[in-house]
Amino acid sequence: MIKNKNTKTCSAHRDPHFSEGAQFTKDMKNTYTILAPDIFPLHMDLIRQIFLSYGYKIDILRYTGKKVIDTGLKYLHNDMCYPAICTCGQQLYALTCGDYDPQKCALIQFQTGGGCRASNYIWLLRKALCNMGMDYVPVLSLSFSKMEQCDGFRITPYMILKGMIGIIYGDMLMLLRNQIRPYEKNEGDTQKVVDKWTRELGSQLSRGKGLVGRSLRKNLRAMAEDFDKIPVNNTKKTKVGIVGEIYVKYSQFGNNGLEDFLASQDCEFMVPGVLGFFQFMFDNKITDYKLYGGSRISCELSKIALAAVTHFEKMMCKILEKYPRFVCPSHFDRIKELGDKVIGRGVRMGEGWLLPAEIAELIEKGYNNVICAQPFGCLPNHIVGKGTIRTLRELYPEANICPIDYDAGASKVNQENRIKLMLAVAKEAEL
Amino acid sequence: MKRLGLDFGSTTVKCVVTAEDGKILYSKYVRHMSQIPLMASSLVHEVAQNFDGENMLCAISGSAGMGMASDLDIPFVQEVYATRTAVKKLNPETDIVVELGGEDAKIIFLRGALEVRMNGTCAGGTGAFIDQMAALLNVSPDDLNELAKKSDKIYTIASRCGVFAKSDVQPLINQGSAKENIAASIFHAVVNQTVAGLAQGREMDGNVLYLGGPLTFFSELRAAFDHHLKTIGICPQNSLYYVAMGAAFSSEVKEICPDDFAEKIANYSSSSAYTHCKPLFQNKAEYEEFMLRHEHDSDSIGNIEATSGKMFLGIDAGSTTIKACLCDADGNIFRKFYRRNSGNPVPLIKEYLSELYRDFPDIFIAGAAVTGYGEDIIKNAFRAEYGIVETVAHYTAAKRFCENVDFIVDIGGQDIKCFKIRSGAIDSLFLNEACSSGCGSFLQTFAGILGYNDEDFAKLALFADAPVDLGSRCTVFMNSSVKQAQKDGASIENISAGLAISVVKNALYKVIRCTNADFLGNNIVVQGGTFLNNAVLRAFEQEIGKNVIRPSVAGLMGAYGAALYAMERYDGKSRSSLIGASELETFSHTAKAVTCNGCSNHCKLTVNTFSDGSSYIAGNRCDKPVKASVSKMHYDLFEYKNTLLNEFRKNERDDSKKTIGIPMGLNMYELLPFWHTLFTQLGYNVAVSPISTHRLYRKGQHTIPSDTACYPAKLMHGHVQALIDEGVDAIFYPSMTYNFDENLGDNHFNCPVVAYYPKVIGGNMKDLEGTEYIDDFIAVHNKKEFIIHFTKILALHGFKHNKSDVKIAADAAYECYYSHMESLRKKADEYIDIAKEQGLPVIVLCGRPYHADPEINHGLSRIITDLGAIVLTEDSVSCNTQKFDTSVLNQWTYHSRLYAAAKYVADNADNKLKMNLVQLVSFGCGVDAVTTDETRAILEHKGKIYTQIKIDEISNLGAIKIRLRSLFAVMDKLDTSKTYSNEVQKEEFVPIK
Repeated sequence: MIKNKNTKTCSAHRDPHFSEGAQFTKDMKNTYTILAPDIFPLHMDLIRQIFLSYGYKIDILRYTGKKVIDTGLKYLHNDMCYPAICTCGQQLYALTCGDYDPQKCALIQFQTGGGCRASNYIWLLRKALCNMGMDYVPVLSLSFSKMEQCDGFRITPYMILKGMIGIIYGDMLMLLRNQIRPYEKNEGDTQKVVDKWTRELGSQLSRGKGLVGRSLRKNLRAMAEDFDKIPVNNTKKTKVGIVGEIYVKYSQFGNNGLEDFLASQDCEFMVPGVLGFFQFMFDNKITDYKLYGGSRISCELSKIALAAVTHFEKMMCKILEKYPRFVCPSHFDRIKELGDKVIGRGVRMGEGWLLPAEIAELIEKGYNNVICAQPFGCLPNHIVGKGTIRTLRELYPEANICPIDYDAGASKVNQENRIKLMLAVAKEAEL
Repeated sequence: MKRLGLDFGSTTVKCVVTAEDGKILYSKYVRHMSQIPLMASSLVHEVAQNFDGENMLCAISGSAGMGMASDLDIPFVQEVYATRTAVKKLNPETDIVVELGGEDAKIIFLRGALEVRMNGTCAGGTGAFIDQMAALLNVSPDDLNELAKKSDKIYTIASRCGVFAKSDVQPLINQGSAKENIAASIFHAVVNQTVAGLAQGREMDGNVLYLGGPLTFFSELRAAFDHHLKTIGICPQNSLYYVAMGAAFSSEVKEICPDDFAEKIANYSSSSAYTHCKPLFQNKAEYEEFMLRHEHDSDSIGNIEATSGKMFLGIDAGSTTIKACLCDADGNIFRKFYRRNSGNPVPLIKEYLSELYRDFPDIFIAGAAVTGYGEDIIKNAFRAEYGIVETVAHYTAAKRFCENVDFIVDIGGQDIKCFKIRSGAIDSLFLNEACSSGCGSFLQTFAGILGYNDEDFAKLALFADAPVDLGSRCTVFMNSSVKQAQKDGASIENISAGLAISVVKNALYKVIRCTNADFLGNNIVVQGGTFLNNAVLRAFEQEIGKNVIRPSVAGLMGAYGAALYAMERYDGKSRSSLIGASELETFSHTAKAVTCNGCSNHCKLTVNTFSDGSSYIAGNRCDKPVKASVSKMHYDLFEYKNTLLNEFRKNERDDSKKTIGIPMGLNMYELLPFWHTLFTQLGYNVAVSPISTHRLYRKGQHTIPSDTACYPAKLMHGHVQALIDEGVDAIFYPSMTYNFDENLGDNHFNCPVVAYYPKVIGGNMKDLEGTEYIDDFIAVHNKKEFIIHFTKILALHGFKHNKSDVKIAADAAYECYYSHMESLRKKADEYIDIAKEQGLPVIVLCGRPYHADPEINHGLSRIITDLGAIVLTEDSVSCNTQKFDTSVLNQWTYHSRLYAAAKYVADNADNKLKMNLVQLVSFGCGVDAVTTDETRAILEHKGKIYTQIKIDEISNLGAIKIRLRSLFAVMDKLDTSKTYSNEVQKEEFVPIK
């Protein structure tokens, strides 16, 4: 690789070519703050604690609003997908707003490394930093495929495993919260329990606790128990499922407060867990090998990873099954079957086959009304979102699926209007 | 109790009062001019008067009513749901409802599972669009309907977004096409938009009901729908009021007293606040300083009142306006002319010239030049000497006001042109691509919507205290943003200022895509009619934090530049060849539409015949219809590629064999040789779908699930439909995550659309039932694996073959594919040699393999060869480069080629070869948001110019031509400036010697 060190100062529109970007060295580990975008609602804090236990100081950026979008639009290609505008926007805004010293910060992005253009975020950030005259800010990649590794930032398999456990806790919290909060007798009860567990788990994870099978099981059980104890009303709510592009599906900033809106419309919503996405990614490697041959080692490693993650998933389900009040997510094997039925598991870019499989799963679990949240012009979602609705309707005539586009220019009124329509149809079906 | 239903639409408020049995007792609608509470309250007052203030059960519906309903605590009924409620009650036999409103469009499928389709983030093809188009033609919407009745021809107008349609209509107007035909075409475009955008894969048959304003008022629009749907739809009585009725019929209603209610609405003000930007001026003093400063911008030129000596004429036949002026040998301006172009520029110029000759019979016109969209027709009609590209005209003019200008921003009625000047030549050029938002007509449109004329609207903005922050997006989105801002209590002043700021932001961040003001340089000239709006000018200075120069003739710069151009080229003696006074008197002109049958493009041409018998053809994509016989050699690799591919269409069917159909689009444009050979070797007939046409596209249009996908993908539906209709035994269209690995990148993916579109086809084309459809996953990069998996796939679909047979066939297939690619490369080498020998310029036309499809590239390569250049493709030159480091993720085979080709062109910077790159980008291609910046960076790193052309189903060749001609103008200029600088260097060296 050719590294040209002379391109330290590159002005706007002078291309940042051959600039490898600043490296994250071992020394930086102790003194730098790593800025991460706010991607998942409850998971990010837990993941942050896990990294903290390894000595990395990560800040989850909670900036929202137009200023963030404008920063994103200013430094990224305007036609780049909305999640890029939002997440990179948060990070670039953090560097420019004065809250952080850019000389003591690094940025991190999660990389899936697939055929979707979203795999480009790291590169886009580097370009943007260069145009801002901040190319000394290191950009880190959190990925499984070793796309970008550097001295000061090493991800070990054990760390990945720990991260997965953080995800499971987050999923569990999210699931319990979503199923209890709409029915709670005393407003705020659920949030109290969520806060309590976020604190408790954070403290455990930062000390390296709560990771082993037994303590994990104990925690999960205690969580279910706590939520189950919250007094609830026996009212009927419209059940809505949310699927979509990984960012806008989870991020309240990305989807204009979709969850709050649904709550205000007398709905209970279910958002499939984040863990499924990781299972999906591991499964892709296995499927790739089956379909096209190639690296057997990568396939075998993925099998191990998938088995490990699925083991935790099963543990979670087993606990949930003891509480009839909670709807328990389907096992990944079932999700795979559904994926095959709807589109075929070779479709792996973006959210790939997982997205329609999740729609099918939600419908099977009684969430007939599904919102498919997607960034405007998202390429994979042309295929797996809008492209599969017809097939899904044939399989599930009761399906009431509503794709919603999110974009810097889309107005919240239009989005809410569409959702209201979906809900009107839903309410009629309930009669 | 009586029921009151209110419908707050995007442009109107409607109300109905019904009796308990549903009978309509009263109905009325008003345009609300965005003053919803005021209008609604007076409507309800009237209701109260008519019904003696008796209490009623009320519900609200409509897109603009949601917030109000919740704040006033009145039940809200979603408007589509309301429509459906009313239809169920009044027209229960209906299967499909088509409802168009001011800014929204809906299709409701009632049969089977209820399904509703609304326009989402795109509001093209609605009432507002028809109004805009009528305004463009300078007729009332009703007249538009009358005109359409007399049409004899339909033009293709983009059916996706109103903004695109506009850029299709404008050239038609400029070319002098008959208004009748344009009017009818507009209605057909609305139909296309509705059907393509909303039907999304569902067939539209059964009883159709037409609702909403446009369908109620325009018989020709209904006729267009009837024609397209091959049915006769019903437009029921009260078709305007279905939403309001649905609200009235709703089960959730609340009892109200109309008088009180009217009062409550009148006092209604929204609670939420909007985000705002800095005011344009902090105080009066700032304003005065600003005004004074700009008064001196144009001190270098003056206006003259009488002709003196030799005069030079410049005409700018622009998209929405016609401008002309004369100047004397010192550049002083005389006889300015500025007129709205109401469809045909010819009579306007005739009028200008006759008045000129009348007032100044002795005038000596020494030269004349024409620029703008209407350049060709005006130049031909009035015999001007020069026709020049707009960009050159603008630069020539700007130089007058600022000799060392670094950057020119021109915002006109419909287009934005920005260019950077480097060492006296136009260096980079930014045009708004196929999107005319953020231009003058954008502000006009909003002024109109809000009930103001342009000038008053602009003045309102100057002292706005808190301009609305509207961002920088498409006009359509802006509509909703403005609506929302109004809802949130923004004053007209603040909206006007907000729009002015958004125009500036659009130009800076969307068109120029500049990230910091330094990029523009220090000497900036702003021009174009839009900058005569002081609010826009101020917003621009504020946004970049620098002062700029705005010439007093900002709106006239094209014409003035043309006049200067003619002046600079004057030989000092002769008179202009311009049409004289006597001849002008007898001058007349007629326009006629014909279809060219010169080639498969079947361009729709407009023939303008002038009184002297000469005629001029517009709308052509090539020179064929213009020059009777063209035998000029052209070197076009697109054409060569198509010739090679067409060889695979020629085989005859052997009835004893099974036939495999291959849809010819997307990646098949490259892999056809591979699959064709493979199947032929295995003993099948191979049927290739026909050459793409717009008609073929329409065949499959109703099955497209996502209308924002790229045009090449959407075309596939037509190709597959054609194969189904032809009757083949199986259609082969495999899903391919991976492409061939050419070792130019870190991976060899296909883009998500190319990779998985087969699945979309399979899931959305109902007619595939009954045909074996092979859309399995397969990869070709590993031959050994390919043979194993392909054998399995065939067996899965009932075609059993030995692995050894498949191996033999695969060997041949790989061989054929490689030799196909090799012949492209050889041809490229051959062309490069020719270029070197003859000194011809070379354009590497980069895109994806499927951009070779003439329906997708609109005959673009032909335009380039007609301009005298050789056309190469990215896949024919990418092999000349080794893998190199890019600053983006390089993992898609097609894109790796693109970067490699760019590198190849960039590295040839010092060579004798005049080689440049033009990148073709399909609208809606998400990956190209990444590739365009990277390609530009690779080129500019070595001082090459980057040119990008966005293409869609529209074929606005006018804009594309400007783009290309500007590039050629820059190339020529670079050539001359090079020789010039060489001379200077020599002189400098003399003293040293």
